[in-house]
Amino acid sequence: MYRYDDTDRALVTQRVEQFRDQTRRYLAGELTEDEFRHLRLRNGLYQQRHAPMLRISVPYGLLGSAQLRKMAHVVRKYDKGYGHFTTRQNIQLNWPKLEQVPDLLGELAEVQLHGIQACGNDTRNITADYLAGVAADEHIDPRPYCELLRQFITLHPEFYWLPRKFKFAFTGAAVDRAASRTNDTAVHLVRRADGAIGYRFYVGGGLGRQPLLAQEMNSFVPESDLLRYATAILRTFNRFGRRDNIHKARIKIVLREWGIERFRAALEEEYAKIKASAEGEELLLLPEDIERMREFFTAPDYASAAEAGADIAAVAARDEGFAAWIKRNVRAHKIAGYRVVFVSLKAPDRVAGDCTAEQFEALADICDAYSFGEVRSTYDQNLVLADVAERDLYEVWRRLDAVELATPNIGLVTDIVSCPGLDFCSLANASSIGVTHDIYRRFDTLDAQYEIGAIRITISGCMNGCGHHSVGHIGILGVDKHGEEWYQVTLGGSPGNDAAIGERIGRALARDEIAAGVERLIHTYLDLRCDEDETFIECYRRVGMEPFKVRLYENEAEAAAA
Amino acid sequence: MTTTIVHAGELVEDSWTLIEDGRTAIEAGGGKIIVTLARWQAERESLLATHAAVGVLVPNTADIEATHADIADRPLIALQFPTFADGRALSQAVVLRKRLGYRGELRAVGDVIRDLVFWLGRCGFDSIVPRKDQSPKACQEALRELTVAYQAAADEHTPVWMRRRTRAAALN
Repeated sequence: MYRYDDTDRALVTQRVEQFRDQTRRYLAGELTEDEFRHLRLRNGLYQQRHAPMLRISVPYGLLGSAQLRKMAHVVRKYDKGYGHFTTRQNIQLNWPKLEQVPDLLGELAEVQLHGIQACGNDTRNITADYLAGVAADEHIDPRPYCELLRQFITLHPEFYWLPRKFKFAFTGAAVDRAASRTNDTAVHLVRRADGAIGYRFYVGGGLGRQPLLAQEMNSFVPESDLLRYATAILRTFNRFGRRDNIHKARIKIVLREWGIERFRAALEEEYAKIKASAEGEELLLLPEDIERMREFFTAPDYASAAEAGADIAAVAARDEGFAAWIKRNVRAHKIAGYRVVFVSLKAPDRVAGDCTAEQFEALADICDAYSFGEVRSTYDQNLVLADVAERDLYEVWRRLDAVELATPNIGLVTDIVSCPGLDFCSLANASSIGVTHDIYRRFDTLDAQYEIGAIRITISGCMNGCGHHSVGHIGILGVDKHGEEWYQVTLGGSPGNDAAIGERIGRALARDEIAAGVERLIHTYLDLRCDEDETFIECYRRVGMEPFKVRLYENEAEAAAA
Repeated sequence: MTTTIVHAGELVEDSWTLIEDGRTAIEAGGGKIIVTLARWQAERESLLATHAAVGVLVPNTADIEATHADIADRPLIALQFPTFADGRALSQAVVLRKRLGYRGELRAVGDVIRDLVFWLGRCGFDSIVPRKDQSPKACQEALRELTVAYQAAADEHTPVWMRRRTRAAALN
């Protein structure tokens, strides 16, 4: 992974001192509430229901063991002993005390972690394919490019006070595991027929109130021009993004109001001007710049297939728990003898994405021993040990299982993506943790989960959509109706290559109806599917909304007929 | 009454007078005045005839490139921050300095708090008029709040990727 040099270290250290002074001035009454709000957000600090929430950036989802150990330490010292992984691969702390946050950030800076631009109207942490570097379907590893762009957008003088938040996501593989087009800008690494590397840029995605998918702007921007094209996008946004209405301030609204042709023309014009100017010279990346960054992300020292490999099936035949875990939580690796291990943060009666101090420590030890000292956080609020030798799988499973990190449910009905909801978040209208647990309990036998197969259930406690409800196969949105919690259901959303925004099925369901409603939707699918190979989303796309709608509201229809 | 501003990194008494639309420019005593872009475009000749120097206040919604021909020769261009969190004038400043090569005084006016100053300096503003309640001294110091940066900007920095090239070359 990337290792800080003097510049990176000086920057995060000075940043902590800058924020310490801002916090001091706020507490002394020298900064107004509104002024401090803008400053604290740009350091990851949000005002939550009970306490401030601190969002810590995990650049493109990569964490080293020293960072995991530091997380264990800070959640014990400054919080209630746990952190929460989000859909943007970051970590949130729910209980820090404002006056202690500068010290907390100071400790994080020791291990290359920070909250810079984790919130606020600026360029946010970059997300990426959590299988970068190990996926068989990858043509170009996106991580060096992520790091080059990460540095470029960090404390960028021109783009630090944008109309609204701005998110980049990267992928360099055939399968989009980064939900890339739900971001303001998706960058797909591509290789042209002549071998040249470049970027396909999509702009204008975003969830929340008006969920939209990013549209293709340029099918091939040369590798040298990453910073030039990003500058053109950000400058266009800074100039033309609306500042009169917070709900219309994302770049997706400029795109929608202008139309794709006008937007593309403006963007390309700015890009052309940058290329033709002295600024363009400065922003040009040379092959050596990229090569230097690539050296931070070279393949680890893999053992030979003969050494690393093992007869997993033989071990699985002797141990049912291990067999279930292998089946659901372990995936192929591009190197023979190695596997990708998913660490489930969706154990029964736990909050989706939560990770305790003990779990952070266990993960640090496990990844040091068995996965070259790194873990990745995923878009689905789970973790990945990307490079585990087959011979170590049983031991890894045993050690993960000991700390409740081996629930064999990756991609299944209980692998629910959820925001913290009303229990923590001051923006939320409804709870999501309780609903998640209710749904979980209805399907918690493994047989039931395997029967249902691959499905994505996503829950957000409000319109802002942190739980990505708009792109769930079954999406659930909490809404407030006259002080009561109700849940709006959408079907058919997807964040991947087949990206789609879900469609609303009908009237919202009450808190005590929602889990039963989800169960009826799933039974509808089980009844209608062609065979076991047809997944929920495939079935929905084939049969359409109607049968699901009829079944969901059947009780009402009966009541009305009676 | 004079105002203390930050100019070229120093605290100085402001020598310019901002003339709002509707007021007679000559009131300023024939000295150095700043008028709105609309007024400058309408009254250019008479303003130049009656004043020692005329600067222009450009709204942050203006297309700075389209406007450039009208203001390129002005000794001072003032850009606006309706709130400190509205960064449109930062893009105007960068385009003026880096693309259009403007070398005159570039002034930030409006809701300018000390916590904005660092970004102003990096984007090429060399003239900063602090909001009334802000300490000019604190604003001056804020120009050097951080001493490292990744990007090149309209200040002394070269971008980090170029510095690393140099360092790598030195090691070889």
